[in-house]
Amino acid sequence: MTERVIEIGGLSKSYADVEAVNGIDLHVDRGEVFALLGPNGAGKTTTTEILEGYRVRTAGTVNVLGFDPADNDLAMKARIGIVLQSTGVDPYLTVAETLDLFAGYYEHPRQAQEVIHLVGLSEKRDVRVNQLSGGQQRRLDVAVALAGDPELLFLDEPTTGFDPNARRNAWEIIKSLAALGKTVFLTTHFMDEAQYLADRVAVIANGSIVAEGAPETIGGRDTMQARIRYRVPPGATVPPFHDASLRADGSFELRVDDPTVALHGLTSWAVEHGYAFDALDVSRPSLEDVYIELTGGQAGTE
Amino acid sequence: MNSPRLALRQVRFTNKAFWRNPASAFFTFAFPLMFLVIFTSLLGSGNLPINGVSIKRSWYFVGAMAGFGVISACFTNIAITVTFQRDQGILKRLRGTPLPAWAYLFSRVVHAMFVAAILVVITMVFGALLYDAPLPTGLPLLEFFVALVVGALSFSALALALTGAIPNADAAPPMVNAVILPLLFLSGIFIPLDDTAPGWIKLVGKIFPVKHFVDSLYGGFLGGFTFPAAAGGSHVYPFHWNDVLVVGVWGIVGLLLAARSFSWEPRR
Repeated sequence: MTERVIEIGGLSKSYADVEAVNGIDLHVDRGEVFALLGPNGAGKTTTTEILEGYRVRTAGTVNVLGFDPADNDLAMKARIGIVLQSTGVDPYLTVAETLDLFAGYYEHPRQAQEVIHLVGLSEKRDVRVNQLSGGQQRRLDVAVALAGDPELLFLDEPTTGFDPNARRNAWEIIKSLAALGKTVFLTTHFMDEAQYLADRVAVIANGSIVAEGAPETIGGRDTMQARIRYRVPPGATVPPFHDASLRADGSFELRVDDPTVALHGLTSWAVEHGYAFDALDVSRPSLEDVYIELTGGQAGTE
Repeated sequence: MNSPRLALRQVRFTNKAFWRNPASAFFTFAFPLMFLVIFTSLLGSGNLPINGVSIKRSWYFVGAMAGFGVISACFTNIAITVTFQRDQGILKRLRGTPLPAWAYLFSRVVHAMFVAAILVVITMVFGALLYDAPLPTGLPLLEFFVALVVGALSFSALALALTGAIPNADAAPPMVNAVILPLLFLSGIFIPLDDTAPGWIKLVGKIFPVKHFVDSLYGGFLGGFTFPAAAGGSHVYPFHWNDVLVVGVWGIVGLLLAARSFSWEPRR
């Protein structure tokens, strides 16, 4: 039986003149990695901070681990871990001291050594926070969020500003947490991040959820037509596909329900005429395609 | 871990982080001593008629700078440090942990009181060595101690209340100074207010806590000693519990204001 760790109904939040979140419904089950995906200014952080207890909602119901986060109950704080968008630890303490300090806030902390090792800061354990690089401080942030061995982890854009290597490492850390059965609530504006990490994705745009589902099926991705792109060698006659469209770069694009049959026709034609395609590429619409379609190419305003 | 132990642990880490910034720590202590030397050199010769008795001006500055040290540590430093930590996201981060809010505030206040205590001791010893200032004993020492503790707590509470009105860290030093500096001057900390001071300045001193605080400090500091009195003969320097009471009431007002307006995140 699945247990609801987070349940949101009709959640709204308006600031003086803006409706930041507009009646959203969401739920997250225990053990799930859930990604809230959306452009800057779509309402991701507002939603996350309501769940964390930093903001008070205007309307709707919110339940996190059986608590209403608006009550600011320390018993809820004891069971969650939070990675905010910016660092917030004392610059004059060392990595080990910081972890020691935070671990002390919890009843059953994770071993500080182990957490430091997990985020790859073992060699920096006696270095002061203000001497760490930006990426290392971010990793310390993650370590601090793990200090209390939380069952539910909030990660607000955890890899923004990371280089590709650091991102990979962060992803592996998050994967390993999921493997331990932790529930993860993640916000991101990176498609590949949601794709790689999340069991379930909700796309938020202008304060509303516009799609929700597994990354493979969201927005009807799995039932959308496959896309075949190819380029014909110079001088060759164009293969007999009337619905292929010519693209700006001179290649052709074909949208088909069944790429197997279409590819067969295409490659048979090429072999028959002794041609080789310069570029042949078959793909399903990417999460990014779906996302751009769903969010209407909404420009970031954050 | 239970809350009192958590709070004491927080004090320990606060203290550790404080000493890790030697420049900041050094000047925290050097500042009042520097002022003591400057003001005593400039204005410290001769006697000062105050509260019906005549005392040495240099002794006056020893007491005044002890008070200034407490106000620096508990008011100025708390207001600025807390606002900086708020801007750095440290407060927001703590808010996301099961550390009770009071434990954090407790750690800041206790640490400030610890710094204030060191400042007072340094000032007193410095004053005794250089200016032959007396050191209180017996009942006056107790009065001095109570006045210090009540003052430290009250100025801490007022500092926390003030942070609610400070939008961000950049605004903290000018706003804090704009609040406290005029009061320090009008309460005779830097330029002694003798019995002939203008009425409106005396009124300011009566209303706000700074003058009451330093008066209560003198009451303890010099309370055990007799001085030549203006009316002739000699007199013990007076100590009034009323002064301590006024400071305490301001502290309670500060606490109530802080409870209403304290913010864990900066307003930009």
